[in-house]
Amino acid sequence: MTAMLSITGITKRFPARRGLLDMIRGRPQLAVHAVEQVSLDVHKGETLGIVGESGCGKSTLARCVVRLHDPDAGAITFDGTDVLSLKGPARRSFNRRVQMVFQDPYGSLNPRMTVGDTLAEALHVHAIVPKPAIPARVRELLDLVHLPADAALRHPHEFSGGQRQRIGIARALAVEPQLIIADEPVSALDVSVQAAIVNLFMELQDRLGLTLVFITHDLRLVRHMTHRVAVMYLGRIVEIGPTAELFATPRHPYTQALIRAVPMVKPGRRGSEAAVIGELPSPLNPPPGCAFHPRCRIADVACRETIPPLHPAPWPVACLKANG
Amino acid sequence: MSAPLLEVDGLHVTFSTPRGPVHAVDGVSFSVGAGEVLGIVGESGSGKSVTLRAIPRLLHANAAVSGQVRWRGADLHAMPAEQLRKIRGGQIAVVFQEPMSALNPVLPIGLQIDEVLTAHTTLDTPARRKRATELLGLVGIASAATRLGQFPHEFSGGMRQRAMIAISLAAAPALLLADEPTTALDVTIQDQILKLLLRLVAELDMALVLVTHDLGVIAETCDRVAVMYAGRLCETGSVHDVFLRPRHAYTSALLRSMPGEGAARSMLVPIPGQPPRVDRQIPGCAFAPRCTFVEDRCATERPRLTPQGEGHAAACHAAARVAEAAS
Repeated sequence: MTAMLSITGITKRFPARRGLLDMIRGRPQLAVHAVEQVSLDVHKGETLGIVGESGCGKSTLARCVVRLHDPDAGAITFDGTDVLSLKGPARRSFNRRVQMVFQDPYGSLNPRMTVGDTLAEALHVHAIVPKPAIPARVRELLDLVHLPADAALRHPHEFSGGQRQRIGIARALAVEPQLIIADEPVSALDVSVQAAIVNLFMELQDRLGLTLVFITHDLRLVRHMTHRVAVMYLGRIVEIGPTAELFATPRHPYTQALIRAVPMVKPGRRGSEAAVIGELPSPLNPPPGCAFHPRCRIADVACRETIPPLHPAPWPVACLKANG
Repeated sequence: MSAPLLEVDGLHVTFSTPRGPVHAVDGVSFSVGAGEVLGIVGESGSGKSVTLRAIPRLLHANAAVSGQVRWRGADLHAMPAEQLRKIRGGQIAVVFQEPMSALNPVLPIGLQIDEVLTAHTTLDTPARRKRATELLGLVGIASAATRLGQFPHEFSGGMRQRAMIAISLAAAPALLLADEPTTALDVTIQDQILKLLLRLVAELDMALVLVTHDLGVIAETCDRVAVMYAGRLCETGSVHDVFLRPRHAYTSALLRSMPGEGAARSMLVPIPGQPPRVDRQIPGCAFAPRCTFVEDRCATERPRLTPQGEGHAAACHAAARVAEAAS
């Protein structure tokens, strides 16, 4: 299987604010290690989940792919072309083929434009359909995300959270993308509404043959709707594999802890011991060696010194103990 | 079983707003005993947080509250402010969702614990200092002595919530009211805080009322649960009964909408429509417009909370059919 999107060794650091005193004392400039040496492939037609807790770099990684951030190192190829060197029309065409859906649909929709105008703008800028055909296409798009046709005449504030997310999805679909990167698209919604949006993603994927990267902190959703899942911790991928197998037999101690920490909707699993001890370390100053070692139950001296590489079989895991 | 510590009976909260009255809580009743964990679950706007805040009278002046809130038999809403102040923070403590806005940003944590100890205990200064160190240790904050001198901004999110819990525990309360205490936290930290709360309930024989929107948190943390919708109580009972044998159409729909053990990538079952607006009185069942079990009387006749077995009650005209569909 060939990869549609291929990410190799992406690193992104953000310089931290440095006080005047620190400069005078000659303290080194600190940086937030948001994404460190991440490589992964996204295959055509699949749903890849990226999970992790806050500060693990999942959103930064997504933003690097659509070039909202420029990575410090690494390469990204989409359908064989180098994404990071794209300029002008080629870059615009890439932006059309890879669309993003954000967590807060209200923040990402123009409050002064009607929904119809928002969709028409996307169609016009990328010249998707000839001008006279735009109103008909807008109606089709609204129908695709199950919104009534009269939604086109209304403004974002007139809609509920779930409906706004449908508008966000319709706008992403307007330019006929091949890959959609959804960054926590349902986290702000109530569960009963969440279910409808999750269904919409799965339905659209089947109907339009879309490829989907689904970024979330919600393991229950990832387990339900993804084919493969990448688990990130402090900027790095610690494990990536087929969803069902990975949830059944997680290999990295962090993945194991994460899965155990998620409360299941099943009464009576009440334990008394927390799944993992300690705090998330600061990405300003990640621990040496394996970033998870201070919280890990099975870590030893080697874990404190060596950054574990991804062992390939049966699926990649970055743990010195996983194959021992 | 001993008499419950807290009894809430027919609680109504109506906010007067420039656009008219908002019926945030509409006739809610429940009780909690020592060593018991009660969960209140509902989606946004269901009135769960307002219910919790109404218990110790923490609502704004534009809230009209009726009904009874009895604490060890005495009505909290009828007692003089002076008497209430001794109970609030002393016997009943509150943990809020946002520790950063609940903590005082310009006071060291130690001083914020000390304030509670000064107000509610007779300890002298060295004893209070010692107690404050103990409390931080109890909630799992390492190097407590140094931490006492630090400010909230020097704490991480999880540590702030632990500090909040330490402050609320300072006067050894008999009841802890927790309003979405882990919603802002990462899942591994949420797990730690919930386990900590459960340990404290067991060790200190406290009662805990936990408000959350997360059914998973309820299932793994609570003994009993109260499900709220549009300001009303839909169903209440043991977590086991409510989750495995739901008798209210809303509870049943909510449980089915969660991604669970079902086949991967199977379609989930969302609840169609929107929750009703609470700025007008709803004559019948508030869930009727979204309900798949709806019958004629649901639109006009408000269902009353009716027993469905030992300690299990639901306010649903279609309880029998919901039960049948679930089995």
